[in-house]
Amino acid sequence: MSDAVTTIAASAMRLSVPLAFAGVGEFVAERAGTLNISVEAMMLSGAYAGALGSSVSHNAALGFLWGAAAGLLIAFIHATFSHRLQANTFVVGLTLNVLALGLTNYLLEKIQMSPRQVGVVSIPLLSRIPVLGKPLFAERWPAYLLMIVVPAAWWAVYRTRWGLEMRSVGENPKAADVTGVHVNRRRRQGLLVCGVLAGIGGAYLSVAEVGTFNSNMTAGRGFIVIAAVIFGGWTLRGTLAGCLLFGGVDALRLALPALGYTINSELLVSSPYLIALLAMLFFARRVRQPGALAQPFERGAS
Amino acid sequence: MTDLASRDPLPSSPPAPAARLGASTATGPGRLGAVTREVALYVVALGVALAVSALLVALTHGSPGRVVSALYSGSLEGWGSFGYTLDNAGPLIIVAVGAIVSSRAGLFNIGQEGQVTIGAMTAAFVALKVHPSGGLVLVLALVAGAVGGAVWAGIAALLRYWRGVEVVISTLLLTFIGFQVLNYSLSRTFLLHEHGTSGATLTESDQLSSKVQLPQIGHYPGFNFGSGLIVAVVLAIVISLVLARTTLGFRLRLLGLNPVAARRVGIRAAWVGSLALLVSGACAGLAGGVMLTGQAYRITPTISNNVGWNGLLVALVARNRPWVAIAVAFAFGALQAGGGFLATTGVPTDLVNVVEALVVLAAVFPPALDEIRRRRSRAKAVVSEAGGAA
Repeated sequence: MSDAVTTIAASAMRLSVPLAFAGVGEFVAERAGTLNISVEAMMLSGAYAGALGSSVSHNAALGFLWGAAAGLLIAFIHATFSHRLQANTFVVGLTLNVLALGLTNYLLEKIQMSPRQVGVVSIPLLSRIPVLGKPLFAERWPAYLLMIVVPAAWWAVYRTRWGLEMRSVGENPKAADVTGVHVNRRRRQGLLVCGVLAGIGGAYLSVAEVGTFNSNMTAGRGFIVIAAVIFGGWTLRGTLAGCLLFGGVDALRLALPALGYTINSELLVSSPYLIALLAMLFFARRVRQPGALAQPFERGAS
Repeated sequence: MTDLASRDPLPSSPPAPAARLGASTATGPGRLGAVTREVALYVVALGVALAVSALLVALTHGSPGRVVSALYSGSLEGWGSFGYTLDNAGPLIIVAVGAIVSSRAGLFNIGQEGQVTIGAMTAAFVALKVHPSGGLVLVLALVAGAVGGAVWAGIAALLRYWRGVEVVISTLLLTFIGFQVLNYSLSRTFLLHEHGTSGATLTESDQLSSKVQLPQIGHYPGFNFGSGLIVAVVLAIVISLVLARTTLGFRLRLLGLNPVAARRVGIRAAWVGSLALLVSGACAGLAGGVMLTGQAYRITPTISNNVGWNGLLVALVARNRPWVAIAVAFAFGALQAGGGFLATTGVPTDLVNVVEALVVLAAVFPPALDEIRRRRSRAKAVVSEAGGAA
């Protein structure tokens, strides 16, 4: 029994890590006021570029840089169109999702590659803790980057001037503008942060988890990330809890049939969205989205 | 939007100028020049998008010329291909018109993909399980599709006006729940799963009987298209008339343009807004029904085939004008019809998605640039006016 628990917990961790990277990014973008649906495109292009980069450079670690760069590129396009040119953010987001899916599928058929995979790093002693040692302390090494990324993001968003401005442009852009904050610049920066982290999350899927790139590899994980941010009530802590929960649900879906339980897989697949929706429903009065989420800002416009 | 405006405590904040109720038009002596510049901008932007696509093909050892000719022969060359284009455009128009209704009311429904899915599912239930005579089943199935889509959007309306959950968020989440609802009913034989006699059956439904298939207009080698397109165009005309010429349409637009003013004149946001969402969902659901009875003839897990997302994109690119949406939907339909032919040239069909995305970005670019320019000049005018007064 404890074997099964360890296996499921390990699989839950593996499935949560890419969600957590992208989740931290999406959290930053949404706090700055962008309901960023192109996070799916960022993850997918990150996954492809990660695989391509590791294949070209024969170095799995460099693959992560490629993945981050690809996510950053998608974010740059999104930011330029929606927070510089003021195009509707959903047009841009949907379009980028179409673009990333089409482009990665096209290139996948056209370019041969032999991606590398990064290795597992077991932390001595800790990884030998019974039951939970393996899942927590024997991961592919980029997973440990989360231990830097999460506190850094927390500090940046909640404890720096930059973060305060970031949150203020998501909450009340007019007031932020009057106090001299460059609203659209902060929003663009939020998106760029999201791009880098979602790109790394995508690359984790291809370069760390699987070791190759498959067509539509992210399969809607970007939308699960959005659900996690909503579930978490737009807090960093809640977002991460959402990522863990949804990763765990995914692990259960994969593991339970093998253990001989019959499950309603449709219910499990839809549970992240269902849970996020129920969280909104029951805590809508207490947990509030950023006041100006998904609303464009233009100085002087009513 | 609504929240921000209603929280605004200043009663003196003026409502949007009346001129904004109509379509915003450029006025003044430079109008012709502005039009020429805008057209030129469109041409350049589209040219860049196509050049990037061609570059991509060339870099991956393909021939851009052959791609173009394949796209052309699949979509516009000959009446048969043109029919494919029209068949693709129909559902896109229906979805787009629905999206226009809700966004004119200031509610941003982005869950069309899920509403299409649910609409196709409820249409399939009626089409496969109900057995009255004649063409009545077909009508019933389409109505059921519309009702299904409306219910799915109605959940979002309920959450919005009961618990204050933003429509953008709820419709997005409901989309993915909708996919799984369809998967659930497709994998249960007592619901929609195929009644196969031998061997493994797929997760899809039985085929619709010919009674419940939308009639085809014209015959195959010649010009032919499904009558779904007629439904789409009639719907677009009706809805654009309702929006432009009726009291209800006026209320709906007023609600979208200025919720505060709408409340002052006694428009009940919950009713008008819910109605707009229901209509928008009903359109998406109807599109699902049309796709089922006009093209697919059996329901599969991927029945919606991105028509919901693309229809929403059509509405957004057309900037909520029904007539423009029809034209944009034809362009999308042509690209997709052409994509079917691409495989013959050895180029992956996915290239069509890349071209589509680049073209959409190119189409978004000029109006955005124009809007910024206009706002800047308006701001300048305000500043100089204030300076003159002081």
